[in-house]
Amino acid sequence: MQILFQYATPRQFMRISGALLPFTAAAAALAVVLGLWLGFTAPPDYQQGATVTIMFIHVPAAILAEGIYALIALFSLFSLVWRHPLSDVAARAAAPLGALFTALGLVTGSLWGRPMWGTYWVWDARLTSFLLLLFLYLGYMALWNAIEDEIRAARACAILALIGAVNLPIIVYSVEWWNTLHQGESIISGKLAPVFLWPLLVMIAAYGLLFATLWMIRIRTEILKRRARTLMMSGS
Amino acid sequence: MSFWQMGGYGDYIWPAYGVSALGLLAAIVWTLKAHGDAKARLKALEEKKA
Repeated sequence: MQILFQYATPRQFMRISGALLPFTAAAAALAVVLGLWLGFTAPPDYQQGATVTIMFIHVPAAILAEGIYALIALFSLFSLVWRHPLSDVAARAAAPLGALFTALGLVTGSLWGRPMWGTYWVWDARLTSFLLLLFLYLGYMALWNAIEDEIRAARACAILALIGAVNLPIIVYSVEWWNTLHQGESIISGKLAPVFLWPLLVMIAAYGLLFATLWMIRIRTEILKRRARTLMMSGS
Repeated sequence: MSFWQMGGYGDYIWPAYGVSALGLLAAIVWTLKAHGDAKARLKALEEKKA
């Protein structure tokens, strides 16, 4: 692990991310166009009708929302155990993007639920634990801003992120553990017809690539800010 | 039934796509602006120092 971190320096990150960014950005744009085209040319589902098109943006947003939180928890662990400073930057930079995907997952799910379930919202296990995820993101971001000293803030936030990670398996398995209105998983179990599976997979790739692009840019921004701060301090 | 009516579900489908597009576009613009600002500030500081 230590050897891995030796290469994960700000300088190395700037070099590698600078080389990757044009490709992830272009791939994200291509995947969005392809995903939208596949999605809007897909036939209506026999039960959901045309509302199945909402799934092509709801599921990717929800997967990203949970995946990004898992990343934040992982980088928080790196930060707490190995005191790796770039891990703090990476975790913090991902949080607002995770919060956005969570909000989009909630809004798109709600707009699907109204015509299909007859309600925008229901306090079932999946929806409630997913709403809690949004609050975890907001709390995490607020804590970063509340503590002035950066090292202390990083440690407090890392602990909060790790405690909040308990919610992740609850969200994922909520549809199995409890009677929820929300349906179960259908991608891995192969219950989805290819005509719906493909637009969904392409949109998941598009959302993932967009996140990767924005995340790298946000980490780069923070590295530049830290350089500026060091210059200011050495200058005064 | 036209494309925009989406089999009668247009009222739900278009807002879902609209909100998602707006949210993601806002994230892109905000991320790029913050990066541009940080870059400009660092450059100004480096020039002052030189």
